[in-house]
Order: sequence, then structure tokens, then C-alpha cells
Amino acid sequence: MLNMQINGKMVKAVEGEYILNTIRREGIDIPVLCDHKALEPCGACRLCMVEISKPEWDGWTRHVTSCLYPAEEGLIINTHTPQVTEIRRTILDLYLARCPNSDVIQKMAGEYGIQKTSFETIPDGDNCIMCYACTRACEVLGKSAISAVQRGPDKAIAPPFDKEPPDCIGCLSCAHVCPTNVIEWNESNGTRTIWNKKFEMISCAKCGKTTTTREFAEYIIEKRDIPKEYFDICDDCKRTELAQKMGRLVDGAKEVAI
Amino acid sequence: MRIGTIDKLDKFRAKCERQFKAQKKKIIVCLGPGCLASGSDKILDEFKSVLKKKKIKGITVETVKKTGCHGFCACGPLVVIEPEGIFYAKVKKIHVKDIIEKTLLKGEIIEKLLYTDPHKKSKKYTDYRSIPFYKYQTRISLRNLGLIDPDEITDYIAAGGYAALAKALTKMKPQKIINEVSKSGLRGRGGGGFSTGRKWATCAKVDDEPRFVICNGDEGDPGAFMDRCIMEGDPHSILEGMIICAFAVGSHDGYIYVREEYPLAVVNLQRAIEAARELGLLGENILGTGFSYDIKIIRGAGAFVCGESSALMKSVAGEIGEPRAKYIRSVVKGVYDKPTVLNNVETFATVPVIIEKGSKWFASIGTEKSAGTKAFSLAGKVRNTGLIEVPMGMTLRDIIYKIGGGIEEDRQFKAVQTGGPSGGCLPEGKIDLPVDFDTLTKAGSMMGSGGMIVMDERTCMVELARYFLDFLVSESCGKCVPCREGLHQLLILCTKITRGKASENDLDLMEKLSKVIQVGSLCGLGQSGPNPFMSTVQYFRDEYLSHITDCKCPGRSCRALITYTINDKCNGCVACISVCPEKAITGEKKKLHVIDQDKCSQCGSCEVVCKYDAIDIT
Repeated sequence: MLNMQINGKMVKAVEGEYILNTIRREGIDIPVLCDHKALEPCGACRLCMVEISKPEWDGWTRHVTSCLYPAEEGLIINTHTPQVTEIRRTILDLYLARCPNSDVIQKMAGEYGIQKTSFETIPDGDNCIMCYACTRACEVLGKSAISAVQRGPDKAIAPPFDKEPPDCIGCLSCAHVCPTNVIEWNESNGTRTIWNKKFEMISCAKCGKTTTTREFAEYIIEKRDIPKEYFDICDDCKRTELAQKMGRLVDGAKEVAI
Repeated sequence: MRIGTIDKLDKFRAKCERQFKAQKKKIIVCLGPGCLASGSDKILDEFKSVLKKKKIKGITVETVKKTGCHGFCACGPLVVIEPEGIFYAKVKKIHVKDIIEKTLLKGEIIEKLLYTDPHKKSKKYTDYRSIPFYKYQTRISLRNLGLIDPDEITDYIAAGGYAALAKALTKMKPQKIINEVSKSGLRGRGGGGFSTGRKWATCAKVDDEPRFVICNGDEGDPGAFMDRCIMEGDPHSILEGMIICAFAVGSHDGYIYVREEYPLAVVNLQRAIEAARELGLLGENILGTGFSYDIKIIRGAGAFVCGESSALMKSVAGEIGEPRAKYIRSVVKGVYDKPTVLNNVETFATVPVIIEKGSKWFASIGTEKSAGTKAFSLAGKVRNTGLIEVPMGMTLRDIIYKIGGGIEEDRQFKAVQTGGPSGGCLPEGKIDLPVDFDTLTKAGSMMGSGGMIVMDERTCMVELARYFLDFLVSESCGKCVPCREGLHQLLILCTKITRGKASENDLDLMEKLSKVIQVGSLCGLGQSGPNPFMSTVQYFRDEYLSHITDCKCPGRSCRALITYTINDKCNGCVACISVCPEKAITGEKKKLHVIDQDKCSQCGSCEVVCKYDAIDIT
């Protein structure tokens, strides 16, 4: 266990954890956009910046992203100094110029007192905040079907050459982790479309409800070495089946007991 | 042939030296990037073909020698005749016969090809060593440029090359090498200025393997070409420095990361690597000492951010060149998450000399906290643009006036930008500052990799800031918000000023935003990104205000804020009428011309062609 100080209070931290984790455990609220509990942190949104210092630093301080800074013995952390707040406010202001129509950004900016951006609104800005959650999720899954392309303000998330991504298996992980819900997808008539790629859905052998894409099922079966028939029946039907089985067992047990 | 022992290397060197010295007469043609661009390869070929046909005693095709950059790019193509050191500037193919017949055969000097002092118009220099441009320099990292053929490893060995490696491998323990480099006070020449010895020491101590030694040849600053010239002109000095470093930190694999825009550097480095391997100076069991280290070249696709260490290492590993937060330093977790020493070209090229001559010698050059010399590429409005190397602590004034020969056309010096796009501009008041890492940083600029761009009174500082911001915006990797969105907004605001459409509030917003970008960005690109604006607004605030409040551009270069008119010096030569792309100028021959302001697009073509000083810019 490590001893640190957050906003003047002594706290314990676990060796190897990032300080954002400790800060959250203490119930302190700091805004984040690119952090997701299932993904490795990447430090893109810069909102979780805090001021750190150490007794031996002689009053010298530095600003770091708490999602990436490892806990250290004796670290002094301040999460809401005027300068930290100013950094967050400016960053949210910049976000608002890029994605003026995003509810998430509007709400966060509002909490920092910004109703309207001080900067020029970027004409073709969409609600993508380039937090990399989608690409990180896709990478964790082992596919990396989409990635960041271009540089500077033109940076965007896209499939290779803006064509149907050959490696995409239509699992929707990207869409589910997106904090601003900017990744579009839809399902109808047994097909799912995402990144302009159409996927055939498989349906439950019992109830007929569509479950997931054929590509996803095949990929997971192969990767996780699970039985081939795993995706034949939907989760709901599997649950029902299990419940019935349990019921029969209980009934059987009752009979034996009598 | 493989050199299996140190003794054999010494014998081989003696042979190389004999050969090198036996060639007393030399016609040295500069094949540095500047001269090459103006056709010095054609001059080299011409010399060879003429000498092939002509039989002259003691002079053969071998007398003609190509070398890397001589530095004095403003005067290129350059030809030097040794041993006299006769320096011919702006040589053309047609001069080749003359040089052979007059200078080589009769020993005559061709006056018109000599360098003339711009201050004393009649003074001509014969020997290049007496030309002020060379006289005030001290060359360590550039020691072999202009003297040896980069393609001949024997030339490098004759010049004392690989002696430091032999010394390091046999007479020094790794710790001793690290101590020597630490004591020399060598600081990273890529711009960071971090102690090289400390970096090596940290890496050597990390309990993890394998360790890597990488050379950063990604030089991306506009107007900087020091590393390029060393890679092209003296590739073995880099290899030698890297092998010494690898031995010191216990590494067996390394990379040289060269940007895609330097194809000749790739070719020359590759040749050097193969030649060194063949002689047993690189690869398995170097010089029979049992130590092995090998180098691969990695070509970067030309992204400015890939010069940043963590982005470079991602790129080496084949990933997108985006930086990561460096809370764990790359000497601990670098390429493939393994301990890595990353130094730039100039740093590695300096290492062999330190090992050979000792730390005391190196530390005695330069200043107390910035030891040694620094190479700069001197560019912009100075007379003598080119590649130079001076002791640390030389003043900007001495560099610009003594070596650089002063400002073109005797105009007024306005500012000098050091440290590339993310560096800063220093005004006339700072011209007597000594050039070293800490002084430049304190003055609001930085050493950077060594770009030095001189500006005269006709440069608009707001436009200059806008130009560099534009560069940085398009080169930002776009991973983190302050850099991606912040610099973009800074550019939008700066552009507004150059168009006369900004208010003082915009200037305040820019200053506020700059501070957040500096503190909030993920890597050095963003952290130093606002520097072009911050340093110009610090020293040239008046100029910003005159754009904002009076809608005037004092440098007379912001198109939206200037007006071209014709004064009565016009004698009606119609030159301006014929070049004006907008057909905005009217008038008859021998009569005063007039510019229609509604049509004029302020392109400046008329001013360029007018011989009578009749175009006014207001």
C-alpha cells in the first residue's frame, strides 16, 4: 500500500494503479471522456488532469493526466486548483467548438459554466471527440478493423480507405463504448449495418429472435474455443432452458426427500 | 575483408592514411543537398569525363573527389582544390575546363570564381580557411564533412575513424565510457538538451533486456538540415557513436530512423552499414572482441511528430506514430517496451571524438552548462546561408554578422528564430545573447535541433507566427485535444489578425489559450506549439496591435492590409503592366501608370519587376 494525499486528505493507494482510480475511490468527481473501465487508458481527452507535487519537490508542481499517472508514495494530488479548472474549462470550450451539437459535451461544458463556445465553431465538426474508445475496443477484441486516420484537425476514425472494413465482424463494441454516441448502426430484416458494411444476423433456433452476426459468432467460437452450437440458441432461451432444468432437478429432489 | 583484431585495424588505418595522403592533389566537389540541387553532380561528372580524355601528369580521374556538405550553401556549387584549399564558388559545368587548364595545369587562380567579401567588395579570398564563414567555426560533429567521401570507409578510417570504437572496446569498461560521456557535459543535440551520459547511465541500470540504441534522423524542422548533411556526408561517424553507446549500455540491436524525405541519407547510411559489417566493425563479434551489435534503417513516412521520442518508437514498431504520456521514461520502457537510448544524429556523431580526445577536452569548449559545439543551419535573410558549427556561447550577433555575413542588402535585422517551428523569435535586443541551451530557453526561445532563421525588417511577425502555427496544426498528430483543437483555434485567431478582422479580446483569448495548450498537451509538439505566437507577441506586441487597431501591417506583407500604388518615379516602362496577373495596372508607354485598387490582389509582382522604385506599399 502507498500513502498519498488528495486535496489535503491522506489516502491509501494500491501499487501499480493509476491515480485516477484512487481519486475516484475517494468519491471525488473529475470529468473524463476517453476513460473506459474495459480499456487501457490513453490520455487523449486531457480532462482528468490534476496537479501533482511531492514534499521533496520544494513547492514545484506539475500537471499530469490522472488516468495515466501511476500512484507513488508521498504524492500530493490536487484535483481542483484554479489552474486545473481553467485547463478543463478551456478544453471543454474547445470541444464545444468542434461538437456543438453533442448533448454530452453541452452538459459537461455547462457544468463548467460554458453555454456558448468562445472559439469559432468548426463547420464540419461532428460529435466525434476522438477519444479512441472505439479503436481501443476493436483492438482489444483482436480485430483493429477501424483506426485513426489523417493528422491534426482532420484526424478522424475510419475503416481502411473509407471502404467497408474487411476485418469488421459487426460486434458493435465500438458503438457501445462511444461516449458521444456518434457511431451509427442499425438492424432490420435480419441484417445489421455498421461502418457501411452489411452483416447477416443469426437467429435463435427456438424463438427465432436475431442474436448476433454470423462473423462475430464464428470469430468468438474460434478464438475462445467454445462449442460450435453456443450461438444456436439465444441467451433468453438458454436461461429459460436452464430454469426448466433446475426446476426439474428441484422437483426430483423433492420426490426423493418424500 | 574482415578486421579481426584491434592491431589489424591500426595497420589497416596506416594503409588508408598512406593512400589518402598519397593523393596530394584533390579536386573536391561538394555533393551536399544545396550544391546538389544546383547540379554539382553534373560538375563532378564533367571533371571525370574531361580527365578521362586528357592525360595530365599526376592528375587522374581519382583526383576528383566527392564529399558531403561543405556548409557554405549560399555559394554553391562549391569546388575546392587541395592541398592549397583554393575555394571556387558558384561553379558551373562550363567552368570545369578552365579549372583544369588554368588552376591545375598552370597554378593560376580564376578570380571570378573566388568568394568576394560582401563588406569589402574588392576583397577576394583564395584559401577557404581564411573566409570568415569558415574562420569562426569550430567543427566537431561536422569534422569530416567536405573532407571525406561518404562512400569510402577507408576515407573515414584514414581520418581517424573507428579509433574511438577500438579504444572503447578494449581499453574502457562500459561504466567508464558512460562516466566519460557524463563528464564531458554533452547534452542531447536533438533539442531536449538532456545529459547524454545520464540517459545512458539510466538505461544501463534498467534490469530488463534486450536494450536498444536508436538514432533519431527524423529532422523535420523547416529550414534545418544539419542531421541530413551528417547522414549523407559522414554516415560512419553516426555508426561509430551508436556502437560505442551500445557497448556502454549493453545493447545488441539498434535502428536509425530516417525520414522519407532524405533518400540519399538512406542510401549512404545503408552503404556505410554494409561496409562496416564487411570489415567486422558492425555485426557479430566486432573487431574480435566478442561484442555484437547491428543496425537497421527504418524509414519514417515524413510526419513531423515522429521526431518526438515516444511517437518515433511507435513508428519503429510499425504502429501509428502517436506519442504517449511519458510518465515512464523511454530509457526504461522504449521501443517494444524495452529500455531504449534514443539520441539524435549530431549527438552520436560527437561521441567518438569525446571518447578519443577525452571529456576534459570536450568540456573545455563551449560554456559551463552547455559544453562543446552546436551545428546550426543558418537560413533566412543572411548573406551566407548554410551549415555551420560553433562553440556554445557564441553570441547570435557573431553568428549572424561574422559567419552569416550580415543581413542581405544591408537591411535592418529584425529577429532571429531559433529552434524550429516550436522555437521562438528573438528581437534585436537579444542579439548579444550567448547561444546555449539555458539562455535561449530563458529568453523565450529554444535551441531545438539547431534551425536558425534570420528575419529582416520586411518580415511581418504576425504572418510569421501564422505560418509556423499553420505548419504545426497540420503536423499535430491529433491525438490530444489541446494540441489538435487548441492550435487550430490559435491559427484561426492569428489568421483573423493578419486580415485585420480581430479585436484586442482575440489577442487575450489567444494568450489564455496558449497557456492551456502548453500545460495541457500530451507531448512536446503541443507543449511548445504556441511558442511561435507567444514569443512574437512577447517581443512584437506593437506589431500585433497595429494589425488589430490600425489595420496596418508594419512588415508590409499581410495582403489584406496593404495597398500598392505607383509614385511619380514611374517612367512608364510598362514592365508592371505586363506582369500584373489581375490586369489592374493601366497606362501608356512613357506615362505614369495607375493601379486599380479594386482589381489589385496585392501579389507584389509589380514591385518585383519595377526597376525605378516606383511602387509604394502602404
